[in-house]
Amino acid sequence: MSEEYSVEIVNPEKSFLSKNDVTEVVVPAFEGEIGILKDHISIISFLKPGIIKIFSKSGDESFYVNDGIIEFKDNNLSILTSLILNLKDIDKEKISKIQKSAEEELNKSDINDQEKYLLDQKLEVLKSIN
Amino acid sequence: MASLDDLKKRISSVKSTQKITKAMKMVAAAKLRRAQESAEKGRPYSDKMNNIILNLSNGISDFDNAPKLLSGTGVDKTHLCVVMTSDRGLCGGFNTNIIKKAKLYFQKILDEGKTLKIITVGTKGYDQLKRVYGDYIIEKISFKESKNVNYFDADKVGKIVIEKFDKKEFDVCAIFYNQFKNVITQIPQEQQIIPLKTSENGQNSSEDNYEFEPEEDEILSNLLPKNISTQIFKAMLENSASEQGSRMSAMDNATRNAGEMVDKLTIEYNRSRQAAITKELIEIISGAESL
Repeated sequence: MSEEYSVEIVNPEKSFLSKNDVTEVVVPAFEGEIGILKDHISIISFLKPGIIKIFSKSGDESFYVNDGIIEFKDNNLSILTSLILNLKDIDKEKISKIQKSAEEELNKSDINDQEKYLLDQKLEVLKSIN
Repeated sequence: MASLDDLKKRISSVKSTQKITKAMKMVAAAKLRRAQESAEKGRPYSDKMNNIILNLSNGISDFDNAPKLLSGTGVDKTHLCVVMTSDRGLCGGFNTNIIKKAKLYFQKILDEGKTLKIITVGTKGYDQLKRVYGDYIIEKISFKESKNVNYFDADKVGKIVIEKFDKKEFDVCAIFYNQFKNVITQIPQEQQIIPLKTSENGQNSSEDNYEFEPEEDEILSNLLPKNISTQIFKAMLENSASEQGSRMSAMDNATRNAGEMVDKLTIEYNRSRQAAITKELIEIISGAESL
C-alpha cells in the first residue's frame, strides 16, 4: 500500500504548488506543529507564522508561511496562505523587510495578546532562517 | 457647406483619433489576456476558502453565539456599499453599469428609511457618485499606483471594512463590481459579504466530521475577516478583466466608427472638389461664349 497523498498550496494570486507524492507534511498549526501522514482524520486548522516541511518521494522542500488555513480531507491537503516563500530561493533582504515591519507592529501599543503572540512567533522563525 | 480646407482638416483629425483608439484597443487586448489569466488563477483560493467556511458554518450548532461577521448584528439599519470601479476612463459602459446598479440599490435603501454609507474604490466611481450621493461617501480608495491587482490592496480594503464593522458603523455590507463573462458581456454584480450568505444551505450538508484545532468558532472568527479580503480580491480581479474587455470592445467600436466617418468625409470632400471644378469650367465656358 502506498503511503502517499496529495497536497496543494494556493495563495490568492495562483496555485503555488501541487504535489501528489508526499509522504508527510509538517505544518506550524496554531497550537503547535502537526505532522500529517496518510489517512489522517479530516482536520481544519489555521497556521501561525512558521515553516512548512514537505517530505515526498521527489525530494523534500521547506517553505516559510505568514499565516494560513489548512484543510485535510480524503487524503487531500489544501493549504491556503497569503504569503509563502520557498526557503531554497529566499532572499535575505525580503526577510529583513518582513522582520522589520513585524518589529514595528510589535511596538505598537494597541495590539492584543493573540496578535502579540503571533508576531513573536514570526520574529523567532524569521531570525532562525536568517 | 464646409470648405475644402475644413474637410481636409477634419479627415486628418478623425484619422489620428482612429490611430489612438486602435492602439488602445490593442493594449487592452494584451492586458485583457493577463487579467483573465490572473482571474482564473485566483479562483482556486476563493473557492477553497468558500468551501472551508461552508463546512465550518455547517458544523456550528447555535447561531446565536456565532461570530457577528457570519450571523450579522441582528439589525438591518445601516448599509455599507463598496462600489468598485476603474481608475481610468474610455472603457465603454463599464463604470456606468456598476453605478447604475449601485444607484438602484441606494435608492431602495434610502426609500426604506435606512442609513447609507458608501466606500468607493477607483476614482471613476467617485467622480460619478459625488454629485448625487456625495454626502454618503465616507471613504474613497484608489489604487492608481499599483500596476496589477494584488492581494495586499484587497486586504487594505478588507481591513477598512472590518474595522468599521467592529466599531459597529454598519450592519450590512455589499460590494458592487462587474463580473467578467466574455469580452462583450460583463454583468454588474451586487454581492452581500456581511453577514455572509451561506448559499445553498443544506445542499452541501456532507456529514464530514472534522477535527478542529483550535475550536470551530475561533477558527471561524479568524477566517471570516480573511474571507472578506478574499471576496474583495476576487471582485477586483473580475473587475480588472471586465475593464479591459469593456475597453477593448469600446475601442474596437470607436475605431470602426472613425473608419466610417473617414469614408463619409472623403466622399463629401471629393464631391465638393468635383463641384468646384465643374463650377470653374462653367465659368470659363460661359465667359468664352459671351465674347
